[in-house]
Amino acid sequence: MTKADIIEQIYEKVGFSKKESAEIVELVFDTMKETLEKGEKIKISGFGNFVVRQKRPRIGRNPQTGEEIEISARKVMTFRPSQVLKAALNKGASEA
Amino acid sequence: MNKSELVEMIAEKTKITKKRAEDVVNLIFDIMVDAMVKGDRIEIRGLGSFVVKEYGAYTGRNPRTGESIQVSPKKLPFFKVGKELRERVDQVEHKEEKPPQT
Repeated sequence: MTKADIIEQIYEKVGFSKKESAEIVELVFDTMKETLEKGEKIKISGFGNFVVRQKRPRIGRNPQTGEEIEISARKVMTFRPSQVLKAALNKGASEA
Repeated sequence: MNKSELVEMIAEKTKITKKRAEDVVNLIFDIMVDAMVKGDRIEIRGLGSFVVKEYGAYTGRNPRTGESIQVSPKKLPFFKVGKELRERVDQVEHKEEKPPQT
């Protein structure tokens, strides 16, 4: 599934024009990106949390040469799925 | 930011009502959940991709008691951040380091 498929479904279900549907879907994802870029987390109930984490510098190793290199401090984004999402994925299967 | 704040921002930036914005935002996440339930991979250019991984049954252990327990097969969603977002999330840090005036 791509953004185009999501836009198509919004168009079919909401009654916006194709253009409006595309604009709104783009706006939702752009707003999410801008929020995360600021380092702010996003909590979507029933879906999950997008969290920006600060990583400290650490020593890594080139697995091929064994050479040690410093991995610089950085910010990374992680997604923590909600219990509701995890349950939805395992519905039926987990009861067996 | 939570979902209702996201809804408010969408309503502000467009001319649609909060109710309509809420419907669309809910629908977007519902569509993505449905896709993952079907085992579909979702790829949002610039944001990242969601993949569902399947795990078979295995014997796990309670790390505290050492007790063996049977873990049934399960599916878990994973998100891999896209290149654009990964770079944008990390870049702000370096920009902030430069001007310590305020």
